[in-house]
Amino acid sequence: MNSMRFLKSFAFALVAGAAVFGGLAAPAPAHAQIEVNVNRGDIQPLPIAVPAFGGGQVGADISQVIAANLQRSGLFRPLDPNSFVERDLNAAIQPAFPSWKQINAQALVNGQVTVRDGQLVVDFRLWDVFAEQQLLGLQFTSTPENWRRVAHKISDQIYERLTGEKGYFDTRVVFVAEGGGRAARTKRLAIMDQDGANPSYLTDGSYIVMTPRFSSNSQEITYMALRPEGSAIYLFNLETGRRESLGNFQGMVFAPRFSPDGSKVAFSVERSGNSDIFVMDLRNRSTARLTADPSIDTSASFSPDGARIVFNSDRSGSPQLYVMGADGSGPRRISFGQGRYTTPVWSPTGEFIAFTKQIGGQFHIGVMRPDGSDERILTSSYLDEGPTWAPNGRVLMFSREGRGSGAKLWSVDVTGRVLQPVPYPGGASDPAWSPLLQ
Amino acid sequence: MATSFTARTALNLALVAAAAASLSACTRPKPAFQTQPPAPAPTAPAPTTPDTAPPAGPVGSATVPGSQQDFVVNVGDTVLFDFDSYSIREDARGILAAQAGWLRQYPAVRVRIEGNTDELGTREYNLALGARRANAVREFLVSNGIGGERITTISYGKERPVDPGTGDEAYARNRNAKTAIVSGAR
Repeated sequence: MNSMRFLKSFAFALVAGAAVFGGLAAPAPAHAQIEVNVNRGDIQPLPIAVPAFGGGQVGADISQVIAANLQRSGLFRPLDPNSFVERDLNAAIQPAFPSWKQINAQALVNGQVTVRDGQLVVDFRLWDVFAEQQLLGLQFTSTPENWRRVAHKISDQIYERLTGEKGYFDTRVVFVAEGGGRAARTKRLAIMDQDGANPSYLTDGSYIVMTPRFSSNSQEITYMALRPEGSAIYLFNLETGRRESLGNFQGMVFAPRFSPDGSKVAFSVERSGNSDIFVMDLRNRSTARLTADPSIDTSASFSPDGARIVFNSDRSGSPQLYVMGADGSGPRRISFGQGRYTTPVWSPTGEFIAFTKQIGGQFHIGVMRPDGSDERILTSSYLDEGPTWAPNGRVLMFSREGRGSGAKLWSVDVTGRVLQPVPYPGGASDPAWSPLLQ
Repeated sequence: MATSFTARTALNLALVAAAAASLSACTRPKPAFQTQPPAPAPTAPAPTTPDTAPPAGPVGSATVPGSQQDFVVNVGDTVLFDFDSYSIREDARGILAAQAGWLRQYPAVRVRIEGNTDELGTREYNLALGARRANAVREFLVSNGIGGERITTISYGKERPVDPGTGDEAYARNRNAKTAIVSGAR
């Protein structure tokens, strides 16, 4: 499994750009003129030029991946390379700023790829065109087959430098790859880069898998398997390929989620038709029961500080969202709008809870504050379901199914402005976003 | 729903008829169950017109009492539920009472109740809802004298729709609990 080796073998060397690029003054972030405000819903994407990096095909490929990442964020508008006036930029020389001002590029990214002792060395610069100032100058070193990850790392650097927030491009998504059509659907556990590249498959489709989730270290996932003989929840180590069942629970077991520190897994157990939420301490395998209500209690999701859990219950008569202490104390309903609320997911920043909402024959992805205020609906379709947060809390991925068609992965930013399909060609559902990779 | 059930029953009957035709071509089943395995199939002559319309004939006499087919055709293995409900409907009580009677008659049979939902819900909630439906059927059978140790339950949620279509009729068919024979049938 190629993808498993990525995590282990990938080591970056980061060199401060100013040292490599001695001719100019060190970057001066405080004086930068350009800035992207991620909080404005009506934002005009920042025009940015990302010409092909020097160094042949791999240079061109890296800049294409960077441009695609920035474009998909909705915060940047990569300019058409055909409009560029200055060609054949040299990363070691200051760009001809007037020619970039001429096409109204606010920012410019250029770079150079070289291969040294079998290692890929990528220098790049980020420029504020109108201030004629270097904002970033960094060098990444890696093995040649990891060129896409270098491109994602550079994208994250650009995003962070221009927005002031962490990026989310050097991440992966674990999901369920669907095949076989609606009448004979097969489901395989799968993993890919956040941009749909490098998919690989972790189970063979001979049984149903559902609802995978990443642990905080990105090395481990938990998921549910469903066979006629019963259900099980597993831990799967992406590095070693080792799979381990969390045990026999004398009933259906489903909806597993890691705690933020990875030390616990919360899940639902069904007995005699009643589903309740339990939590297992992975260090000693002790299990505690968190709910004991004769209703459906499921889809638990920890707050980022691990102190609280949001979950789904129909104790009021229809599925709604509730927040309780991580020990099960003080459950309190937070969703009061019309409709049915399910699949709550606490954002990595703690700021929001994303959910699926069903009302008026449509499904929606939405967000609300943890106290239930400020509900905002972001999407609408025949069947939108199961949001997952990018690690910076700015983008949600979810699955969307048209009437009679298969499920596909989509993403939407937290303002609801940038809605688009994820470029994975096959049927897919139940996405779960990893933290930023190390 | 009523019409579709009729259509399904007709299909089942046709399948049974076809099976009976091919079966009678090699061995002639007696009303009682067989005491030794049937002769190897490959040498048996094929039915003369396997691809044409199902042959006419006395269908009822070909169903082996106590068999899977007997249960599916003469009792009914599936009951339907209302939206987001796990209450046993009036039209399900007769079927479940007949299931209990049949299971009393064939005490070696063990079953698995499979709870299913329509796709108008999210995955995990529907798993829980399907489990409620399966358990409701199990409780009905237990209260009608069937030992609980003979009955397991599973929920497929919305993962295994019997009708891949969309629309109210398909949704209605997919909100069900199916009693599947695991072992002990003739």
